[in-house]
Amino acid sequence: MPRLNLLALQALVAIVSVAIWYVFSTYPVFGHVLLPPFFFSNPVDVAAQIADWFISGVIWKHLWITLWESMLSFAIGSLGGVLVGFWFARQPRVAAVFDPYVKMANSLPRVVLAPIFTLWLGLGIWSKVALGVTLVFFIVFFNVYQGVKEVSPTVLANARMLGMNERQLMRHVYWPSALSWMFSSLHTSVGFAVIGAVVGEYLGSAAGLGYLIQQAEGVFDVAGVFAGMFVLAAFVIVIDAVVTVVEKRLLIWRPLAADARP
Amino acid sequence: MVDAASASTQAVTSAVALSGVTVAFRLADGGVYRAVEHASLKVADGEFVSIVGPTGCGKSTLLNITAGLIAPAEGRVNIYGAPLAALNRQAGYLFQADALFPWKTAIDNIAIGIETAGTSRSDAHKRAREWLARVGLGTFGDRYPHMLSGGQRKRIGLAQVLIRDPKILLMDEPFGPLDAQTRQIMGSLLLDLWSADRKAVLFVTHDLEEAIALSDRVVIMSAGPAARIIGDWRVPLARPRDIAEVKLDPAFHDLHREIWQMLKAEVVKGYAQSGEG
Repeated sequence: MPRLNLLALQALVAIVSVAIWYVFSTYPVFGHVLLPPFFFSNPVDVAAQIADWFISGVIWKHLWITLWESMLSFAIGSLGGVLVGFWFARQPRVAAVFDPYVKMANSLPRVVLAPIFTLWLGLGIWSKVALGVTLVFFIVFFNVYQGVKEVSPTVLANARMLGMNERQLMRHVYWPSALSWMFSSLHTSVGFAVIGAVVGEYLGSAAGLGYLIQQAEGVFDVAGVFAGMFVLAAFVIVIDAVVTVVEKRLLIWRPLAADARP
Repeated sequence: MVDAASASTQAVTSAVALSGVTVAFRLADGGVYRAVEHASLKVADGEFVSIVGPTGCGKSTLLNITAGLIAPAEGRVNIYGAPLAALNRQAGYLFQADALFPWKTAIDNIAIGIETAGTSRSDAHKRAREWLARVGLGTFGDRYPHMLSGGQRKRIGLAQVLIRDPKILLMDEPFGPLDAQTRQIMGSLLLDLWSADRKAVLFVTHDLEEAIALSDRVVIMSAGPAARIIGDWRVPLARPRDIAEVKLDPAFHDLHREIWQMLKAEVVKGYAQSGEG
């Protein structure tokens, strides 16, 4: 589909949805407002709220806090995931010993950890970063582990026949293979970093997008809640676009199949 | 058969000497699969030897033994007279499957062959560029393997191995997945490169014509399991050879007929055993 057509259709979906929302929350149908403004607000109020945030500038601080928390979660979680993933993959015995605990930790709903992190690390950014790290770590860990394990045996045999020692194998074979797996999950792990930050903020904080939404909810300001969600959605789309650019750069050696993804 | 000829090469130290090599793999059900049994083979320095046999007869296993990637259960492997204890450092190995590093460009894939030995990056790249030209891909240096065709990838693989200047070249059905025309071109390229410095070559193929056209000697293996070497022919064709022309030579046909008589029975057996018949 031509790019312009696609964009037009995508815009059309948004316009139609907002129009439906506007009509049903403003005009009664058979004497009945289907989407009562108290519960569903309406597009005009939400837009006004968003505009107000950006005009007054209060939103920037919250956006920045959430972004900063996400970036820290992603960086720390990825670093930990890469190190532990490599370690486990190269030391099968260690992996076997820790296997049940890794599964246990990963199956734990991370939200239950949030109060504990708040207790340990306070209401500042670090409790949110910790929550994000627990999410990002496992994704990166599993991918790096897989990446190191699944190096093609032929490529490995070739590397050894080409005279590579352990250190060179690490640099030229295991590392690129693990990174490629990690990068292919970049969208997921970055997404989880944002989720960790926002959920953490929502559960107790003094700044950030999650805090904004939670505050609005506390006073039944539905327009504020919706406005917060829209800003959050836009924020995620922007971050996702950045990740796509980074991914294209880093995985240039990959076959085009990845590009065919919608 | 060339028993007399192989006896005369015994005096000189062979590049590769396998004697009484048996390879066994432990199976998942606890049993043992003997892939190759009491195989003995000598490759003289500068000699081009092809191993031909039915599918699954352990041809690749013999190469892996010679490369030092796996150890034989019984028997001895000598490389230039010295017993092989670990990886064979004198050998270059061109694998059947794609073995290029997909995250490296063509030029980097070739250069890594000597970078591992401590050659500086710029020197390695300079020599890699020469090799790129030698395999006829001078302008493809910046491509990643997935942007190259199967034949082009094989050329890069060949350059990656040859840039190290190994004394022994092991090739495992290197042109197997390629189409007939490309195989012919790759065969000529290989002979051109080989005739420049005459390495000892152990070339595994299932294609008898290819084997005769390229080699000095053709060795036939029986169908597995417990495959053994059952025939050894010297190819009486003059060098340098043109692969396409040589196939029209009457001597080529005589030899082909003679070897095929023996190979045919093994191929049938091989199919029966692997259940593909």
